Amino acid sequence: MNASASRLSLWLLLTPFLLWIVLLVLVPHLQMLRVSFQVRESWDTLAWGLQQYQNFFSESYYWRTFVRTGVMSLFTTFLTLLIAFPIAWYIARLARGRSKGILFLACLIPFWASELVRTYGWMILLRESGLFSSWLQALGWVDGPVEMLYNDVAVIIGLVYNGLLFMVVPLVTTLDGMDENLVEAGYDLGGGHATVLREVVIPWAMPGIVSGCIVVFMLTLGSYLTPILMGGKDSAWFTEQIFTQFITRFNWEQGAALGVLLLVLSSLMVWLGLKLTGQSLRKVMG
Amino acid sequence: MATESDLSCNGLIRRFGKTAAVDHISLDVPAGTFFSILGPSGCGKTTLLRLLAGFDKPDEGDIFIRGQRMNDVPPNKRPVNMVFQHLALFPTMTVGDNIGYGLKRRKVPAAERRKRIARVLEQVGLPGLEQRNPQELSGGQRQRVALARCLVLEPTLLLLDEPLGALDLKLREQMKVELKHLQKQFGTTFVYITHDQSEAMVMSDQVAVMKNGRFEQVAPPEELYREPATPFVAGFVGDNNRLSGEVVTLADNMADIRLDNGEVVRGRLAANELSSGDRAELYVRPESLMFTGEALKDGFCAMQAKVLTTLFDGANSRVEAENGGQPVFARLPQDGTAPRLTTGAEIRLAWDPKLARVYGAGQS
Repeated sequence: MNASASRLSLWLLLTPFLLWIVLLVLVPHLQMLRVSFQVRESWDTLAWGLQQYQNFFSESYYWRTFVRTGVMSLFTTFLTLLIAFPIAWYIARLARGRSKGILFLACLIPFWASELVRTYGWMILLRESGLFSSWLQALGWVDGPVEMLYNDVAVIIGLVYNGLLFMVVPLVTTLDGMDENLVEAGYDLGGGHATVLREVVIPWAMPGIVSGCIVVFMLTLGSYLTPILMGGKDSAWFTEQIFTQFITRFNWEQGAALGVLLLVLSSLMVWLGLKLTGQSLRKVMG
Repeated sequence: MATESDLSCNGLIRRFGKTAAVDHISLDVPAGTFFSILGPSGCGKTTLLRLLAGFDKPDEGDIFIRGQRMNDVPPNKRPVNMVFQHLALFPTMTVGDNIGYGLKRRKVPAAERRKRIARVLEQVGLPGLEQRNPQELSGGQRQRVALARCLVLEPTLLLLDEPLGALDLKLREQMKVELKHLQKQFGTTFVYITHDQSEAMVMSDQVAVMKNGRFEQVAPPEELYREPATPFVAGFVGDNNRLSGEVVTLADNMADIRLDNGEVVRGRLAANELSSGDRAELYVRPESLMFTGEALKDGFCAMQAKVLTTLFDGANSRVEAENGGQPVFARLPQDGTAPRLTTGAEIRLAWDPKLARVYGAGQS
């Protein structure tokens, strides 16, 4: 193949990728960034300014929700990690042959249904007239129906459930590649269970842990359906406010500013997470 | 229990399903010795080592280390350390941290730890490499770090699971000698398992030859070579020619065997339960065979063979011949005394009957 032909094929191969990046990622975000700095003076005139960002900081409801969303997302990510790690350990290290595949599939199956369906599934379990409530009554542990929905715990349950697969997959992949002898060497040289976990297993699994955490954190921070459907009046999620600005109040400028802030938050957290754990994006994402 | 032995086991059994991977193993390793367990893959030697390390529990039998019963002691509480087959250096730690891992578990203070890490690295010939990552080291260097990581803890017993297997030939030869020196230098008792008889022979004070979960023979290397107790040991340790035939006469611990082509040869009896007329197998080593003419040295016996081919390999050069359909290998001396051999040539091979061993057929 001559030089011009190979260059042509390179461009042809790159085109879908470039179209994706430019049209679906870069352009909308730049557009949003631009809109967020526009201040509407009257119905047909616009000026540049920081009005929307000032609103965010002066209106405590905005930034309180913002902080709450960030903290709850972090907590959800951590909880997901705690739950996913034993599952991943079992799948990667203890399960053999067929059961390994079946267990992996069991983690995957819920994701054949949409997030909406999964969330409604939880609502069936948790609501006042739901399964858990009636079981508790049947067992005689409670006197009347119990409402378990519409609070922060319900939101976190839903979010952890949604994130679990994305934590399990990278963990299984890294743990799968660990030499069994490393764990044995950890014990052999005098370590107990906690030491081996802390000094040998977790450092080894770090790329998987970080990549799982990044994905789950981003998914959680940007999730919309679960907090809306399962959360109560007090458990506002930041994405709800963006929705409200864009759709209900038709205030695109404010919505764009909030969107930009959410993007900055998630980028910042990912960067911080990588820095703190000493990982690089290249290592984590393979 | 005898207290002077570092390790003693009696009647160890470990079953997997119906088969016993370790079957009635008893052993006794005196302090400061290099003890090897030699056997083909699947003979149960790794299982035995894992029992000693504590990763697995015996179904029956006891393990004593310096007189202390170890059966219910978990691996992290045993005075035993192991060098794994693939070394299992912690890839997320530097060399120094790898070696310091065990010391840290023993709550050795940081300053003391650094000193001991530096000292052990010097002893294994890698001074100043604390800050390197294991991945940056060569195979031989990693080997030494794995050893240092165990030796720094001054274990009663060091277990080694074929750690030289991954090295190339030249380095393996070098490490063999070095391991032996290190063992002498540290004075630690080594239990080394391998399928490579040369590793076992070169390094060990005592070698146990293992087959199907049992010890066939436990003896110093030279005895294994000269006085193999069973046909399996005779065939597994060093090269050997096996010639089958029928016992003609028995006298003075020597047996005359009529080979299948009618020739009568002699060898020393390894077992006493043979009587004339029994089928028997005579083992004679390629290096015991000499090329001879019609005149035989006093007391020697000889047989005819037809040359198939010669295999040149420097000092290990051999000729492949056959005697009545049975393959025979003989060493070709490289000092100019070997005859020129062409395919199909008839040769006469002689040996001292004291160097050949006779076993009853079907023992192996």
